[in-house]
Amino acid sequence: MERGEAKSKKAGGPPRLCCICNEKRPVLKRPKTLQQICRECFYEVFEEEIHQAIVNNGLFKSGERVAIGASGGKDSTVLAYVLSELNRRHSYGLDLFLLSIDEGITGYRDDSLETVKRNELQYGLPLQILSYKDLYGWTMDDIVKMIGLKNNCTFCGVFRRQALDRGAALLKVDKLVTGHNADDIAETVLLNILRGDIARLSRCTSITTGEDGPIPRCKPFKYTYEKEIVIYPFAVSNPHHTYAYFKKLDYFSTECIYSPNAYRGFAREFIKDLERLRPRAILDIIKSGEDFRIATTTKMPEQGTCERCGYISSQKWCKACVLLDGLNRGLPKMGIGRARGGGVNGGDHKKETKAGSTVKTLETKQCGSLDF
Amino acid sequence: MACNSSGCESGGCYGREKENGCKVVDVKETVRLCVKCKSNEPMTFGDGGSDDGRFCAECFRSNVYGKFRLAVTSHAMITPSDNVLVAFSGRSSSRVALQFVHELQVKALKNYEASRDRSLPVFGVGVAFVDESAAYPSLSGGMSDAIAWVRSTVLSLSPPEKDLHVVPIESVFGSDSVEARDRLVKLLDSVSDETGKEDLLLHLKMLSLQKVASENGYNRLVVGSCTSRLASHVLTATVKGRGYSLSADIQHVDARWKVPIVLPLRDCVWQEITRLCHLDGLKTVELARHPQSGINDLVSSFVALLQEENPSRECTIVRTAAKLTPFYFNKIPETDDSCVPMATQRRLKKFNLKYDGSMTTEAFCPICNGPLNGSDSSEDESDALYDACCSSCRFQILPQEPSSLDHFGSLLPHHMISQVKHHQKFDSQTYLREKIKDCLLLDDEEAV
Repeated sequence: MERGEAKSKKAGGPPRLCCICNEKRPVLKRPKTLQQICRECFYEVFEEEIHQAIVNNGLFKSGERVAIGASGGKDSTVLAYVLSELNRRHSYGLDLFLLSIDEGITGYRDDSLETVKRNELQYGLPLQILSYKDLYGWTMDDIVKMIGLKNNCTFCGVFRRQALDRGAALLKVDKLVTGHNADDIAETVLLNILRGDIARLSRCTSITTGEDGPIPRCKPFKYTYEKEIVIYPFAVSNPHHTYAYFKKLDYFSTECIYSPNAYRGFAREFIKDLERLRPRAILDIIKSGEDFRIATTTKMPEQGTCERCGYISSQKWCKACVLLDGLNRGLPKMGIGRARGGGVNGGDHKKETKAGSTVKTLETKQCGSLDF
Repeated sequence: MACNSSGCESGGCYGREKENGCKVVDVKETVRLCVKCKSNEPMTFGDGGSDDGRFCAECFRSNVYGKFRLAVTSHAMITPSDNVLVAFSGRSSSRVALQFVHELQVKALKNYEASRDRSLPVFGVGVAFVDESAAYPSLSGGMSDAIAWVRSTVLSLSPPEKDLHVVPIESVFGSDSVEARDRLVKLLDSVSDETGKEDLLLHLKMLSLQKVASENGYNRLVVGSCTSRLASHVLTATVKGRGYSLSADIQHVDARWKVPIVLPLRDCVWQEITRLCHLDGLKTVELARHPQSGINDLVSSFVALLQEENPSRECTIVRTAAKLTPFYFNKIPETDDSCVPMATQRRLKKFNLKYDGSMTTEAFCPICNGPLNGSDSSEDESDALYDACCSSCRFQILPQEPSSLDHFGSLLPHHMISQVKHHQKFDSQTYLREKIKDCLLLDDEEAV
């Protein structure tokens, strides 16, 4: 039994006033703390906590150009809204942009991009869209046709990460922000434990990553609960943005059509069950992740640059080039799983198929022109 | 690589079979042999686990015992001059631990009797069983039978003889059983969080074991925790915000206690242990468990689910956690005690070289004995107990209202609360200053 509930039960029924302002009637129970809270206090505390996360961690400097990774999903839509609000209210002095990546998934990404385009109009933030097709010569639909549904997420993830960096470089931004929330980070901590990835475990709780790389990226929603992000659009009410902007669930809430079941799903379910028992457990997981005693020697491997495209890489070729090379040569398993015999030339030559001749041979655009 | 030949089960086709190409296995025609000794017929346990039907009984047993022995020798867990107390719950893991320790002792006795100079004494072994019926009244029904069974089991494991200590969990409050029970119940009732209550009981259980060990002259406490148990612990510690202290709990040796704890079965998985019990006919007793509804239970179910999906998941989890930096107390302390054989001292020195450099001392939470992270210290020095505890115990065990803290402190066993009275906030400046005091030439007024 959660302590908050126990308390209110002892008092003989729900309190009649909001825990924070003690003036209005509470309309919801705050997922993070189970406080009975009114609508105004909810969005105020929601925004204030994000503001504190930004300020206490020194995420931005005045005058910076900041790209918001915008997928059209709930996290990035709320992120765009809140960030532009806080930027205005607290005079962060930031130059904000929306950056969206089109992976080329019919029935999913094309719909969510419409949401982002609407966000552009609503929030007055300039939008840049980059597609996998332009960058790599392959859409996710093409990739899935070739490799099926087993390792497609690997491709998408690697390509998206690079695409965001390239887009950010094109826009000449100083920082990238993404909508990763507390639930995401807690899930990542758990997954890294389950997978044995101690190096990632040491990095995944940092609110800012990649400071020594091309574009630093930060996660202002690090301490924000997913449930609260879902509730927020219904709570907020700003005279300049009427409720109508949010009413039609102006964010895209469908699962990617290629997302596999199992694995990450287990961890997600577990976290949901955990949250029901003890809401603060999500933050406790993040705290544990921050506190793990990991020797500094196990952290980042030495960083160099990819020989083919100039992107940051700890190997001769960056992961995207390795994967692309595989796709282009009809060897889609290359770059998946553990490396054999080092470097891109290891392994499966004997498996080269006739398909190699008909396959697209576009390479990743040379990064010489991009300011890495 | 998945094997495509028919009749080949997914779990069993790697190793040498892969190199030679996969044979179609037809049990009626070919005789399968143990993959290790290649002479005996492999055991099938039929429990659907991995490695089923690969090893014969002897090889399987020697694998498991081998892991136990390796842990004991490489961490100097049990040496000739030691007096070892085995924590015995009656369940499989501690039953195997007790069995293996007994066999080690029998071997040592044999060597002693065979040796001419009798230079190496045989280590002593005692057994402790914690009676938790005061905390879980539902257990009291079967408790006297369970204790009788434990007694006869320990009796059967001689020579050499072993003392049995039946420890009521309320003994941490003193020897007056009625008053002690009363105090235990009052303490547990004042903890509102279900998981906090379960964890507090675990801490009290350890305290009671420590008490019986030190009062009866034991210098080692053997706990039968296996890989699987530790895997659950890794996840429960993570979700409770105990990431800092986690590495202290999962090593082979935990010497922050007065009587160091050793985990000789740390590298064995649950499946091996249950199979061994089955193989050797080791009986176990399952006391009706109090239904667990908190986080600990949720994590156990989660781990079970993961194991179904991948049988080596538990090992991976513990392996990951093993990469975390242990503490200075995660080793048997070196000693100049002349009673300790030279070989042991040499082994300790060699092993402990790894831990040099971490010369910090730690402050510990009075309730869970977890090392405290500096960042955990509270800002408002409201209450000595609150300040002294880790953030996890503050949330799930201590009462939320500050006004109840004093009363709660009075309910805790003396051993826990006495640490708080003498607890000083760990001040690294002062500590370092103390260390170099002798070298400083400036006197106090001029010192920076």
